[in-house]
Amino acid sequence: MFRVIFYPIRGVIQFFEGIGRYFLLQLMLFRSLTSWRLNLINTIDQMMLIGARSIPIIILTSLFSGMVTAVQSAYQFSSFIPSYYVGSVVGESVLLELAPMITGLVLTGRVGATITAEIGTMRVTEQIDALESLSFDPVGYLILPRVLAGTIMFPFLIIIADFFGVFGGWVSAHAQMNVSMFEFIKGFKQWFTPWDAWFGLIKAVTFGFAITSIACYHGYYTKGGAQGVGKATTITVVVSCVTIVFLDYVLAALFL
Amino acid sequence: MIQVENLYKELGSKPVLKGLSFEVNDGETFVVIGKSGSGKSVLLKHLIGLLKADSGKVMIDGENIGALSFKELQRVRQKIGMVFQSGALFDSMSVGENIALALRSKEEFTKWEIKEKVKEALEIVDLAEAADLMPSELSGGMKKRAGFARAIALDPQYMLYDEPTTGLDPVMTDMINRLMLKFKQQKEITSVIVTHELRIVHDVADRVLLLNEGEVAFNGLPAEIEKSEDPVVRQFMTGDSTLAIGEKI
Ligand SMILES: Nc1ncnc2c1ncn2[C@@H]1O[C@H](COP(=O)(O)OP(=O)(O)OP(=O)(O)O)[C@@H](O)[C@H]1O
Ligand SMILES: [Mg+2]
Repeated sequence: MFRVIFYPIRGVIQFFEGIGRYFLLQLMLFRSLTSWRLNLINTIDQMMLIGARSIPIIILTSLFSGMVTAVQSAYQFSSFIPSYYVGSVVGESVLLELAPMITGLVLTGRVGATITAEIGTMRVTEQIDALESLSFDPVGYLILPRVLAGTIMFPFLIIIADFFGVFGGWVSAHAQMNVSMFEFIKGFKQWFTPWDAWFGLIKAVTFGFAITSIACYHGYYTKGGAQGVGKATTITVVVSCVTIVFLDYVLAALFL
Repeated sequence: MIQVENLYKELGSKPVLKGLSFEVNDGETFVVIGKSGSGKSVLLKHLIGLLKADSGKVMIDGENIGALSFKELQRVRQKIGMVFQSGALFDSMSVGENIALALRSKEEFTKWEIKEKVKEALEIVDLAEAADLMPSELSGGMKKRAGFARAIALDPQYMLYDEPTTGLDPVMTDMINRLMLKFKQQKEITSVIVTHELRIVHDVADRVLLLNEGEVAFNGLPAEIEKSEDPVVRQFMTGDSTLAIGEKI
């Protein structure tokens, strides 16, 4: 009986405890910024892993999302709308929404899950304790490089996604509606303002930080063996996806 | 000197350590025994500040490590080496790199010195050939010895061992016992050894503490514990599960 009443209450308490612990970890992260020089090599390694290795999947997903946008606009355009407007639609949707969003969601799976599994395994096999016992700062050594690498590399990945998304849009507009490159660019320029691109990059930095820091948090506080690592990884993916969609809305409401 | 005063710790709302007090003198080899789940590993983690006491103190050379700032705690930890129960090697790097990383934490050695020290440390535990292997390629006993080498490479003043010989064959156990003796005699290292192997008590202990359900059941000389009439002590020493204490089967 009491269990039934207390279960939701405890859930709420645990939720806020978690948020508090997350922000405490961010504080420790800022404290460890002073040691960035020591962890430079690790950071560059992580930039390779998080950034460079993600390029193929980013190209693939953004290409197709640009293509499908063009197909759908073609489907919805009536004969009154000049066909070069497809360039505007593709450009705006890719730059503002599709590239950051799809990159964010794909990297939640590719980067976030990896980070949590890695750090979580280190936690349950006492490797983090060992680091501490050797007077390393585990936050500076493990978390800082990953969060830095994510925050720095995401904008680059999103620029790549922007480029291939728009390119994919043109390819499919060309195939379906016979829109020439010149017309497509004309349409693209019609509504484009530099702020659109900047806004995409603001999203990129925010998402990069959110995904990597959430993943590090769940990995760092993993409990209880292999099963715990699995659980932490699942939670990371769920929480990151929700956070990204939420941040996407908040940023749009703030800046657009 | 390590002083523990009234150490109390709850984990998962269950008291694990219930007000322990004891001292480890400089140069002493202090062995903590107790059955599985009695809180030995938890106790050891308090001695290096990996866990913080709910109440009570752990003092290393007169400094209460629960009250130190992070930087100060790091400085104290430089005096302490710890060997983990499962080895806790960093699995993304080779055995040699594991030890080199430990040495790099001190920032005072050149590359050449680090290389030499890694070799030296691995030779001590008879693992010279394994320097380039990854931890996943080692047997359980080799992992343990590699963890041993990593801790000793830093020349600590204190060594904390969590089950250093559990799971090793008798010859390797003897070798590790001899090593611990050698460190004590030659380098004057103060050691705290957590174990449930009585052989270590016979071979290397200066003093023994028996931990039972988070409380000190015995603290004295190895010769005394053999003669003790206390039922808890007798049960552990004889390993007789029919000497029921508390619960009956
Ligand atoms: N992180 C934790 N959360 C909750 N309970 C814990 C945690 N760590 C240890 N415990 C509990 O504390 C008790 C003591 O654990 P500890 O690991 O110290 O035992 P031990 O004496 O080292 O046993 P063994 O000889 O098997 O290694 C156990 O009952 C365990 O369930
Ligand atoms: Mg233990």
